[in-house]
Amino acid sequence: MDRDTSREPTAGYVHYALIWAALVALLVMTIAVARLSLLANYSVLASLFIATVKAGLVLIYFMHLKHEGWVVKGMLLLAVAALFFIIALTFVDVWYR
Amino acid sequence: MNECTMDNKSPEASSFYDEKGKYSGVLAWLMSTDHKRIGLMYLGALLSFFSVGVTLGVLIRLSLIAPGVILNAQQYNEVFTVHGIIQIFLFIIPGIPVSFGNFFLPIMIGARDVAFPRLNRLTLWLYLAGAAIVMLSLFIKGAPPDTGWTFYAPYSIQTKANVSLAVLGVFVLGFSSIFTGLNFVTTIHRMRAPGMKWFRLPLFVWTLYATGWVQILATPVLAITLVFIVLGRVFGVGFFDPSKGGDPILYEHLFWAYSHPAVYIMVLPAMGIISEIMPTFSRRNIFGYKAIVFSALAIASVGYFVWGHHMFTSGMSDTARIVFSFITFLVAVPSGVKVFNWVATLYKGSIEVDSPLLFALSFIFLFSIGGLTGLIVGSLAPNLHVHGTYFIVAHFHYVMFGGVGFSFLAGLHYWFPKMFGRMFSEKVAKIGWFFFFIGFNVLYFSMFILGYQGMPRRYFEPPPQYHGWSVVSTVGSWLLAVGLIIIFSNLIRALFKGPKASSNPWGGGTLEWSIPSPPPAENFIEIPVVESGPYGHGKRE
Amino acid sequence: MEKESNAGAAVTAEAQSGIDYTGKKIGMWLFLFTELLFFGGMFLLYSVFRSQYPAEFHSAAQEENLLLGSVNTTILLTSSFTIAVAIAAIRKGNKILSLYLQTATIMFGICFLIIKYFEWSAKISKGIYPDSPALLSRGKGDILFFSLYYVMTGIHGIHVLIGVIAIAIMFVYTRRGVIDRDNFAKLENTGLYWHFVDIVWIYLFPLFYLIT
Repeated sequence: MDRDTSREPTAGYVHYALIWAALVALLVMTIAVARLSLLANYSVLASLFIATVKAGLVLIYFMHLKHEGWVVKGMLLLAVAALFFIIALTFVDVWYR
Repeated sequence: MNECTMDNKSPEASSFYDEKGKYSGVLAWLMSTDHKRIGLMYLGALLSFFSVGVTLGVLIRLSLIAPGVILNAQQYNEVFTVHGIIQIFLFIIPGIPVSFGNFFLPIMIGARDVAFPRLNRLTLWLYLAGAAIVMLSLFIKGAPPDTGWTFYAPYSIQTKANVSLAVLGVFVLGFSSIFTGLNFVTTIHRMRAPGMKWFRLPLFVWTLYATGWVQILATPVLAITLVFIVLGRVFGVGFFDPSKGGDPILYEHLFWAYSHPAVYIMVLPAMGIISEIMPTFSRRNIFGYKAIVFSALAIASVGYFVWGHHMFTSGMSDTARIVFSFITFLVAVPSGVKVFNWVATLYKGSIEVDSPLLFALSFIFLFSIGGLTGLIVGSLAPNLHVHGTYFIVAHFHYVMFGGVGFSFLAGLHYWFPKMFGRMFSEKVAKIGWFFFFIGFNVLYFSMFILGYQGMPRRYFEPPPQYHGWSVVSTVGSWLLAVGLIIIFSNLIRALFKGPKASSNPWGGGTLEWSIPSPPPAENFIEIPVVESGPYGHGKRE
Repeated sequence: MEKESNAGAAVTAEAQSGIDYTGKKIGMWLFLFTELLFFGGMFLLYSVFRSQYPAEFHSAAQEENLLLGSVNTTILLTSSFTIAVAIAAIRKGNKILSLYLQTATIMFGICFLIIKYFEWSAKISKGIYPDSPALLSRGKGDILFFSLYYVMTGIHGIHVLIGVIAIAIMFVYTRRGVIDRDNFAKLENTGLYWHFVDIVWIYLFPLFYLIT
């Protein structure tokens, strides 16, 4: 259910700094993968995968999704699913013309 | 059924009309954050724009039986475009949520107001601003839009008409819709009275919840699509222009990805009203409460993925056409469940055919015709023949006008005594209904025949073989107009001269019938503690 | 049964007590979903056009300035860090630190926009902008890539600007004490908005600079 997270203690400064460091490391990784053409044809997929990991870190730690109840998490899932299916159904047209 | 534990009917209580705030006169209304005042202002604006839209509709019908006499071809295109824009964006999409939703949602869940009252007031201002911008596009230099309300590329990018301005107006209106949905979803999650569990919510509230989600998740897609139109017109960005690598079918995908869910924004609250009226006038519980709840949620979710059925003749892939047609058939199922449950509610009920029920029964009949013809047009093969014909025009007017329109009137009659503290003439209401109902069917059933015979839509000068039924249809529009005049005259008269209404003239069971008519400013003297199901809060007086 | 109605009572107690922190937060998340779908329409176009012109998108991306793009990404990631810590600071009662961090976030946002300005100017001076003769003379894939570039980074940039203004307003509220350790919903919601803008860029960066 919805929890009143304003009553719960906040994460510490070091905690946030660690997440920031991870984000920068992932940024370096994603540039390396693309520039070095390490994975050739899969580099786009790899870049997007790493982007999703970064987005996940921002969502879970900076946006406090980790502390939220199922209401907020469920709503987010709904919104992302909606976008995914709109794009997917459009591709059912575009790919099969 | 347990009674609600609080008696909220103190005879000395003044109503929300008497409330004195920081402002006086018109500002006391425009600056108010009271959901009831906001709902009423919306109601007045909606019905005003609706009247303009109806007038344009009557004009279209006149032109069709005598092309060139009152409108030339260019003007005809502008008139049907503006008719669509006004009826859809200024009346029916905001429609039930902003009027009855605003007024009754907090009361039905036992709250004093919505979650974000100032945001609510902002949505009203955005609505008025958006409407003003759209009106501006009709009258300033240049021409009113002539693209159809669907603004299809490439014509919408190329036409000299005031499309950018009109589209900006719709963009602003979209924000009003988004914030309304956001407000309602949050309100329902957070502001329910103690004991008002999810499955004790009135069905109207459930439909406002489902609708709120569609408003949140679908409207932004329209917003970005409108931005693309303006970018195309002003900066030459060619996402829909094949010479620049673009694709006009992508415009249709983006446009209908909103505009199909939009019809569920229209119809879900309308169904919610019917779900409220049926038990009250059958004097028994609604049949299959949970089934109706899940049907509403199913319609909202599945309805999100059927938009391609507006595009069967566009050049979309065969695979996509099959997929969209299939999903379209799926979405008909929950609607069927609802119709069945409403009719089953009547069974062994103690039925009083007062005007709200008359309009509600009409909804069931007319929406069923619209829905069944929806299956016809949702099938690929027939669609190829009827797309772009009057068959489609008839189909959507049956569901939107016969459906949502009649439900709006049902709700208006049902909740009129509660909102205004006065009662209207039942007899005149029924006379008005009669003309309206007959007129409606003459007007639109003729269109099924015309469409089946191949009469194209949006044509200024239809080929002569369609003249006969066109005349019949136009006569129907006059009967319909007479009916509407009678209905609204009755209600307007009642506003000033109607007898005072009691708190529960119909015997409704939801929380709004347990408070005075009209309600006090803070809705409840004490927030009720809910111990019963949704329909245990009232008896007829 | 009992637990369920207690949970319901707890929800409404917080909500009816006057300041519904959780309600405000839910409202903000719902607004972010509308932004997700708004940008989603642009990502839809990007993915369709990229699937139709993969090679052209690859080569066009090489014309982007990877250094500036990477710097901008670092700036936004760091600004997400500063706003997150600004919120943690005010919740710990550390008003001064929060004000410094909010200012830092604003500065980062402005830097991002300045760098964007230089990137756009460089392209425009080369004659590459929507509907320019130079652009129209190139292949359709190029036209689409650069049109998408301007539209997507442009609309994203507008959102960065809105975020900067919002944080500036929060700065004033924090200074005045309207935002403090017990009333920080406004700041946290502004932070949510800022993080969303950061996440959009996290995706824009590889799509325009790294698909080489």
